[in-house]
Amino acid sequence: MSATSARPSHAAQPSGSAFILKKALISAAVALVLFSLMIGVRTEAGPQGGLIYWTRFGDLAALVGTVFGGSIIIELLRQWWGPVDKDRIVPKPVQSAMSFAGRWLAPALLVFAFLVPVIFYNQRYILDLSILVLTYVMLGWGLNVVVGLAGLLDLGYVAFYAVGAYSYALLATNFGLSFWVCLPLAGILAAFWGVLLGFPVLRLRGDYLAIVTLAFGEIIRLVIINWQSLTGGPNGVSGIPRPTMFGIPLTPGDDGLAAKLGIEFSPTHRIVFLFYLILAMALLTNWVTIRLRRLPIGRAWEALREDEVACRALGINVTTTKLTAFATGAMFGGFAGAFFATRQGFISPESFTFQESALVLAIVVLGGMGSQLGVALAALTMIGGFELFRGFDQYRMLVFGIAMVLLMIWRPRGLIGHRAPTVFLERNQAISSDLVKEGHG
Amino acid sequence: MSSDHILTVDRLMMRFGGIVAVNELSFAAERRKITALIGPNGAGKTTVFNCITGFYRPSGGAIRLAHDDGRTIQLERLGDFRITKQAKVARTFQNIRLFPGMTALENLMVAQHNALMRASGLTFLGLIGAPSWRAAEQRAIELARTWLDRVGLLSRADDAAGNLAYGDQRRLEIARAMCTEPVLLCLDEPAAGLNARESGGLNELLLSIRNEQGTSILLIEHDMSVVMEISDHVVVMDYGVKIAEGTPQAVRDDPKVIAAYLGADEEEAIAVMESGT
Repeated sequence: MSATSARPSHAAQPSGSAFILKKALISAAVALVLFSLMIGVRTEAGPQGGLIYWTRFGDLAALVGTVFGGSIIIELLRQWWGPVDKDRIVPKPVQSAMSFAGRWLAPALLVFAFLVPVIFYNQRYILDLSILVLTYVMLGWGLNVVVGLAGLLDLGYVAFYAVGAYSYALLATNFGLSFWVCLPLAGILAAFWGVLLGFPVLRLRGDYLAIVTLAFGEIIRLVIINWQSLTGGPNGVSGIPRPTMFGIPLTPGDDGLAAKLGIEFSPTHRIVFLFYLILAMALLTNWVTIRLRRLPIGRAWEALREDEVACRALGINVTTTKLTAFATGAMFGGFAGAFFATRQGFISPESFTFQESALVLAIVVLGGMGSQLGVALAALTMIGGFELFRGFDQYRMLVFGIAMVLLMIWRPRGLIGHRAPTVFLERNQAISSDLVKEGHG
Repeated sequence: MSSDHILTVDRLMMRFGGIVAVNELSFAAERRKITALIGPNGAGKTTVFNCITGFYRPSGGAIRLAHDDGRTIQLERLGDFRITKQAKVARTFQNIRLFPGMTALENLMVAQHNALMRASGLTFLGLIGAPSWRAAEQRAIELARTWLDRVGLLSRADDAAGNLAYGDQRRLEIARAMCTEPVLLCLDEPAAGLNARESGGLNELLLSIRNEQGTSILLIEHDMSVVMEISDHVVVMDYGVKIAEGTPQAVRDDPKVIAAYLGADEEEAIAVMESGT
């Protein structure tokens, strides 16, 4: 129960033992229905191929009993604790410490990011993981333009990631173009597909928009799988050239960077180079987005998220505003895709499934829609946290899921829910997340 | 004397399926004057507004806007955002439509979108921080500051629009519409929900917009004290047709108007008859 809704209803909250018992009984009944099939009956293929089953009513009874008892205990604890209040969960000193940390978090993270290859030079695993995290930070920042700023729910973002990756892969392997020539081309092509997606969905809002973008992501993936002559189908594209440092390859040969600098060759050089490359690309995305927010187009995106009808009444061309949001977000996705292709050296349609779209969207939502720092933190939490829970083996997804649910209860509007104004006269004060709309178009 | 008319609505028709919401309505609004559109609930006033401001495409008839420079624009052919962008007609809404998660200042900056878009070189000049863009942005902030001051919200400039009091939101919406620098300002029930003191302030604001900016105003209003006090011309609608028009005095004494209000709503009829006396 959130702090706001708990306070007014506190006086009227029922607290008798009848209420507790009723609640526990309902929970137990729900548990019984759920677990009777999941736990109570166990089926398996028999030796003759037929289905055999046996019952585990003991386990079922134990589970339902646990739910019944647990419900009573939780309700008693809740009444003992009293109304849920922000000050009680997070004491004042902790709050002020957190706001202090919040001010220095972004610069500290940035400095840390620059130092990662220095600190973890010999730990290949951490370097690879950081590159992965930064790729998702960039994707999150790209999607943030569409979902966070313009409020357009896009479930097919991976399509632009795929377009970028395949643009680079095909241009480089077929025409021998270098990474630095292909990078802008990949961005432009992805932006073009962003506009192409934008046109049919201009009139759609909310759930309908989400479904169509979801379909778009699948269409791109299916085209890649089936257009064998161009994309190699399910076999993917291999032998994608590695990036060069402005023409100097990072190879052990005589013309390689190591030989030119007169140092001993190490494969880690390339990893470090890739790390700084994605860091630079992510920071560029961030810089452009921050700039755009303060320009009329960025304000129009946010206004669109707040109220589309009012935008029209102010003479804002809603069509081009939406299309530019799609194109800008897609362009960053395309850049990230080109980086992905050059890092992997091999791409196949399997890398561009709906799960990727969902993951990037989860990063944006978890971070707090529209917040740049929030998205970066969320990418770190999601990708890094996922690795952190590796020790839990088969319970990894369970623990991860529970962690996500708890996080959303604690911060329903994402890690950083408030919105910073783009322009101010005297006071630069954040706007509470209660007022900021999520967008529905 | 058609040259004095900024807006001419000529036999406007609006049908929704079988329902005729507006039936051959003709009226004109004079330049630099305040024209009020009144009528009982469901008379079709907001529909007329939506046709004029491009939210609906009329089923028939013509809406002409005559600019100061002699250009005449057929509003029914423009539609949508172009009415504000090219024809310079701005509107407010019956149920306030601000951008609640943006500050009061940001709301007024969004209103200057088209001018700022040009100044930012379609974003590219702005992205590199060109001096011409910076200057244009400063001018936009100054215009916003001027309007915040005029509606008495300068001290709330950096507060979220959603946090403002109801009356303040109403005034901010008018300021936002004025930041598009319109020649015709359309207000849909600007005094709805305001107390007597606030609606008095609204009257002064609207008169000053007419006198200082020279903006023509078309308003829908239920609050007869506002209509009678500030309008230069009143058009009365009922069931989608015009039943009377003229000066506030003439309209108030018109038996057809009284009958329309009596038939529709007793309280409103009393309000019509009592106001101004």
